[in-house]
Amino acid sequence: MADITGANWFARRPRLVALPRFRLRLNARAAIGGSFVLLVCASALLARWLAPHPPLDQDLMNALVPPFWLDGGDISFPLGTDDLGRDILSRILYGARITMTIALLSAIVACIVGSMVGLVAGFYGGVVDQIVSRMIDTWVAFPPVLLAIVLSAMLGAGITSVVIAIAVVDWTRFARIIRAEAQVQAQMDYVAASHILGLRRAAIMMLEVLPNIMPLIVTLLTVEMGIAAVVESVLSFAGETVAGDYPTWGSMIAAGRGTIHHGWWLLVFPSVCLIATVLSFNLLGDGLRRLIDPVHR
Amino acid sequence: MSGQALLRRLALVPVTLFGVALVVFVLLRIIPGDPILLMAGPGASAADLQSLRESFGLDKSIPLQFLLWLRDLFHGDLGRSISFRGDVVQVVVERMPPTLELVFIALMLAMTFGGALALLGSYFRGGKVEWIVDGIIALFQSVPDFLLALLLILLCTVVFSLLPGSGRIDPALQVDFKTQFYIFESLFTGRFDVLGGLLAHIALPSLALALPFASMIARVLKASLGDAEKQDYTAMARSRGYHESRILMVESLPNALIPAASLTGIQLTFLLAGTVLVERIFGYPGIGNLAMDAVSSRDLPLLQGIILAFAVLFVAVNLLSDLIVVALNPRLRNG
Amino acid sequence: MNEPAIQIDNLQVRLADGRMLLRGVSVAVSPGEVHGLVGESGAGKSMIGKTILGTLPHGAVIQSGRIMFGGQDLMEMSFDKRRGLMGCDIALIPQDPLMSLNPVRRIRRQMIDLMRLRLGMDRSTALRRAIELLDQVSIHEPERVIDLYPHELSGGMRQRVLIAMAFAGKPRLIIADEPTTALDVTVQRTVLQVLRAMQQQHGSAVLFITHDLGLVAKLCRTMTVLHAGRVLEQGPTSEVISAPVHPYTRALLASTPRFDRPSSLLQPIPRSLADSLWLEARTWDHYVGASI
Repeated sequence: MADITGANWFARRPRLVALPRFRLRLNARAAIGGSFVLLVCASALLARWLAPHPPLDQDLMNALVPPFWLDGGDISFPLGTDDLGRDILSRILYGARITMTIALLSAIVACIVGSMVGLVAGFYGGVVDQIVSRMIDTWVAFPPVLLAIVLSAMLGAGITSVVIAIAVVDWTRFARIIRAEAQVQAQMDYVAASHILGLRRAAIMMLEVLPNIMPLIVTLLTVEMGIAAVVESVLSFAGETVAGDYPTWGSMIAAGRGTIHHGWWLLVFPSVCLIATVLSFNLLGDGLRRLIDPVHR
Repeated sequence: MSGQALLRRLALVPVTLFGVALVVFVLLRIIPGDPILLMAGPGASAADLQSLRESFGLDKSIPLQFLLWLRDLFHGDLGRSISFRGDVVQVVVERMPPTLELVFIALMLAMTFGGALALLGSYFRGGKVEWIVDGIIALFQSVPDFLLALLLILLCTVVFSLLPGSGRIDPALQVDFKTQFYIFESLFTGRFDVLGGLLAHIALPSLALALPFASMIARVLKASLGDAEKQDYTAMARSRGYHESRILMVESLPNALIPAASLTGIQLTFLLAGTVLVERIFGYPGIGNLAMDAVSSRDLPLLQGIILAFAVLFVAVNLLSDLIVVALNPRLRNG
Repeated sequence: MNEPAIQIDNLQVRLADGRMLLRGVSVAVSPGEVHGLVGESGAGKSMIGKTILGTLPHGAVIQSGRIMFGGQDLMEMSFDKRRGLMGCDIALIPQDPLMSLNPVRRIRRQMIDLMRLRLGMDRSTALRRAIELLDQVSIHEPERVIDLYPHELSGGMRQRVLIAMAFAGKPRLIIADEPTTALDVTVQRTVLQVLRAMQQQHGSAVLFITHDLGLVAKLCRTMTVLHAGRVLEQGPTSEVISAPVHPYTRALLASTPRFDRPSSLLQPIPRSLADSLWLEARTWDHYVGASI
């Protein structure tokens, strides 16, 4: 039951950034997931120093070299080379940049758009909610993958268009969940109390409700990053991606499909990296959710 | 739900579909890449291009094109496909059944596998089995369907020649099918040899679609089983001395299915959407594969038709899952 | 027959975090007797019921004590044997009638399952017995009610259904855990009448857990007063109420609002008394019970 007496209420009002509340007593999932994500980010940032070869360097003499522990492998190409002699490990490291950048950016954009729309719709209700719900229903009727492909075909190559494509397709995920949560919060006593105390609706929404929903948003955001990474790989697999032959995990997988009979490593290693990255995003999100749950409800 | 609520739901359907149609139409007109150019090929004269354009109605203004399209739509005519030189409706209808079969089998697999995982994880809650189940769920949740498709091909076709990695039926087989529903037809007409081959071909694609979806089902069902276990009626059942397995299946499960079915229904559209890439990878002649072709050839009428077809499927699936939720939850009926 | 229906000897139960829940409780209920278990919330009365049924919360430990039922110690019994008693020889009437019935199954299914699976009847006998029981608990038109879902019944009806199911196996002991607390006062009376009627008809012993002294006075022949997991006073109801020995009992009686006396201020339990009782309990922990 909210304490609505004046002084205490004001002192204990939630801050906009609610995170540092749980003293970093992270549980196993969040820790493992979080560390791996950081590992991938670090590899991406330090790719220049970690990669044994420049990623675009072709070496046709050394095409299709298997990983170093197999016959015919070479330690200077630890994970083997592709059909143009480019080192797989280096390409993976540089590819991590694209994956992580796009994952972060698109997740954040989708999060902001979706959360704001959901928050407003759920909190205000009425006509606004009806319109937003109709919009979401229509949006959801589109096949997501197809829509993303069409959109990025439309917007041309480049990181911006991929980010926009992903955000446009997936913002409804945030909107739906945040809307439901905002509806619940709007019924709570502290909202009524703020209203009585004279705050305008918009102010209540931003200063009171939003901080309470923030942990949920953060959890959804981490999971969304995993999803965005997958969609990015789908897009580059389908050929619609950032320009040039800058390596992305998706395009490496697409190439791997062509050499599946005589060069399984082209397919397997980027796949493993992608799966591991998405898995760690999911673990992180799940771990965060478990931390939040007792606080939240 | 009450008849009134149902009617209201149904009334929204055409609104949604109209919205989809509108957006699709506008969107596709903005795509770079001229389909006429692609179709006619290099060396076509300006006059040829113009006459082609006219025959497809692409020379008129966009709003006019939309109205014409709508009018034709009400007559069941979705225009002519630029790349296939046939009626869009015909092309779509021909390629729908394989996709429907694929999705159906994938759904059955997903429900079985996901349900079994959830039940196992719940029965052995707190032990090592649950930990393993959680791990399996987390793993398959992180593998996108197209990637799973490729890895399955690698494993089951290339490395161990277990199953075919492409197509729908052995090309050497000469069979006359009356409908496009090969699997159901061969099942009902008793042609089991053909059925075997068909099933072998559909095994990998349906697994690729099913396994990630199964992990989602398992996660949701396991969570709602956990909620059901904490309820009073479960405690009552224990106080009556029923066996734990009976409590799980008879008391918890029917209750847990309600939120699980609801959430699964929403996600079902992702299963449908996954057919686009999976069919492409397996060369499976369904609507998803068709869609990819349409995108690359910028075949606007066909693409519109396909997206509209998908939208209809999505809406139907959502409606169906809502009805199932009402069937499962007696409190939602006229009570 | 002088052997008690159930005899609890010096039961000590500890929670997962080390706190003592029951500090050496001893209660005996004679066959066919209604025994009231009174105390404030948190005094441990529900826990006694849960210990008998084996539904203690996770991590709770039974440090010592015996529960003699039918000549055997429930604590020493194998899990399966104990489970065999549940529903047949020992039954529960719960507090919350709404959620205690499975919301997606009809009453008929739930009752017939109980008859067939736990009491070994065949389908037609089970149905007949179910309708007979519903009639005994004063449910109007039982053949119609039995086909309904729980949410289609009123709160009082649901509780009566639960009572019917509890008595189905002619149990030797019924644990009634605050059966009327969640009901309106007007409904309470009907339900209690039904409970008493069934109890007299079947001759079951009842452990009646409540915080309402008035109910105890009306229904229970013997009673126990519980506080902080310890028995403060025990004996025939008439004696305990008319001549309480322990100051806590006296304070409890005095705090009950009465309409038959000239109006006076409500008398809460004096702080000093409550505090000293808690100190006594902690002392017990120190010297007798807790092995933290």
